[in-house]
Amino acid sequence: MASTAQSENKTDTNGRVMTAPTGFALVWYRIKESLTTPRPYLMLLGILMWLFLYWLLCEGLRLDRFDKIPGPIAVAKEWFSPTPFQGISLFTEDYYNNIYVSCRRILIAFGLATGIGVPLGLFMGWSKKFKDYTFPILEILRPIPILAWVPLAILMFPGFEAPVIFLATLASLFVTTLNTMLGVQSIDESYFRAAGCLGSSNWDIFKNVVVPGALPYVFTGLQISIGVAWFSLVAAEMVSGDHGLGYLIVDSYMNNVTVPMVIGMITLGFVGWFTSVLVRIVGNWLMQWHVKALAQQGR
Amino acid sequence: MNMTTPNATMKQNSAPIVSPGNGSPMGGALSIKNLTKIYDPEGVNVCAVDDCSMEIAAGEVCMIVGPSGCGKTTLLNAIAGFHSITSGEIRLDGDLLCGPGKPKAEQGADRMVVFQNGALFPWKTLAENVAYGPIVQKRMSKSEANDKAEHMLAEAGIGEFCSKYPGEVSSGMARRAEIVRALINEPKVLLLDEPYRAMDALTKSIMHESLLETYDRTKVTIFFITHDLEEAIFLGDKVHIVTTRPCSLKKTVDVNIPRPRTYESLSSEEFRTLMEEVNEAVHEEAVKAFQAGERELA
Repeated sequence: MASTAQSENKTDTNGRVMTAPTGFALVWYRIKESLTTPRPYLMLLGILMWLFLYWLLCEGLRLDRFDKIPGPIAVAKEWFSPTPFQGISLFTEDYYNNIYVSCRRILIAFGLATGIGVPLGLFMGWSKKFKDYTFPILEILRPIPILAWVPLAILMFPGFEAPVIFLATLASLFVTTLNTMLGVQSIDESYFRAAGCLGSSNWDIFKNVVVPGALPYVFTGLQISIGVAWFSLVAAEMVSGDHGLGYLIVDSYMNNVTVPMVIGMITLGFVGWFTSVLVRIVGNWLMQWHVKALAQQGR
Repeated sequence: MNMTTPNATMKQNSAPIVSPGNGSPMGGALSIKNLTKIYDPEGVNVCAVDDCSMEIAAGEVCMIVGPSGCGKTTLLNAIAGFHSITSGEIRLDGDLLCGPGKPKAEQGADRMVVFQNGALFPWKTLAENVAYGPIVQKRMSKSEANDKAEHMLAEAGIGEFCSKYPGEVSSGMARRAEIVRALINEPKVLLLDEPYRAMDALTKSIMHESLLETYDRTKVTIFFITHDLEEAIFLGDKVHIVTTRPCSLKKTVDVNIPRPRTYESLSSEEFRTLMEEVNEAVHEEAVKAFQAGERELA
């Protein structure tokens, strides 16, 4: 895509900017604009307030039942310590190994779920016959909680890795498929009619109407599904795992070292957020038309 | 604005320009005979169109006027091949589109539809939208189609918006691009379903001028559904007034205001008389429709 930084904008005689900034200049303009609104400051204040409350409960007042939980200062000290007391910090290899293992599992599971779920959903939305064959079974399997699949997964797959990936794939597959199907069904009938008028074959309609028309829903689905994938991955790692952030949390709890447990949780928050942002960026990149139309409405 | 005169030498079809009323050499004569369409949602028969007949000559601008929800769109859907018909027949230049033994017409690029709410693909730029038809019909290569699309958009006065998405331009621009997308396929008939419905009066008048200019250039047969009477008389050669549901032909009014028409035609004596004539017929149907209070059909 065109991401050339246009540092010079044409201005008229009154010094008013005449051309819209693009690429890097646009990002810079938006950052500057947002700093003039109260939003970033309120967000910062909000985070600080919650952190303060957390500190107050655990370390400030040392309330009953909260005194066993490591407070923000204890966690931060450990997290940034080159010689962590309880074994996990930014400077230990183990920490990154756990992140790496979980991320690799997510990548495989999410990739599989997207690769199977999107085409499945597209065909289900597009062909009534295909939907009749597949939808009932999907609807019955979908409500089964992912934890209920754990024993079956362990029986079916050998080792530690495969069952965990299977569970995460399964959970995110349902979300992706359902959203994609709804996406196809949400496409206005007149686009199909217009495509028909213009002389499209079925394959043309699939490529030019079904796929792009469903994309906004697909990416909403993918954002939810990557969250669900993390959720079920951690659950699976807790039950039958070896390494990974979920394993780290349970393992720390079992060994009565509570600080790595909290570090694992916060790390999951950040990594999950990061993957979700990645999905959004890819989505926006693929749907320039959608982003631009929303921008016109001031969103 | 594109201020080309009606006799401008620019043409998008290779067909020579002929004087109006002479019939277009490209064809496009529509003949609707005893058309009946019965819907049966949930077992209840609803008659949308009942024994409707009309003749539309090649190269004619034919305006269909009637109260909202009367079944005008059903008529259009039958011609375009979106819906089946119950009985009767429709012919295009003598060839059967749909009729006995063939309830649903095939969709084809000889009849291009411009939709009520606009149906430019929002995920394609204006130029990509226009180039789409010739590409999927394999009439042109991708680059040929793109060149032609850009050329035709420029001709319609929106050349600088070629690479914009429909969501980024005004509804008037989008509508114009949609008509260009239809015309690039050199259709015999252009089917328009209240295309300017949601526009303000000022935009509408600009759209009308541009449509007339396009018509004078291409002489394509136009089947135009509206319930704006002024629009109907200003644009049309003939105004067909249809009854409230079930829809059938009530009255045909010939508009003999000479072309090219400009907005000054609106204040002429002739225009006012026609307006009264049409208004009287339509009002009667509108009252009936209102009293029946039926929900509009899709």
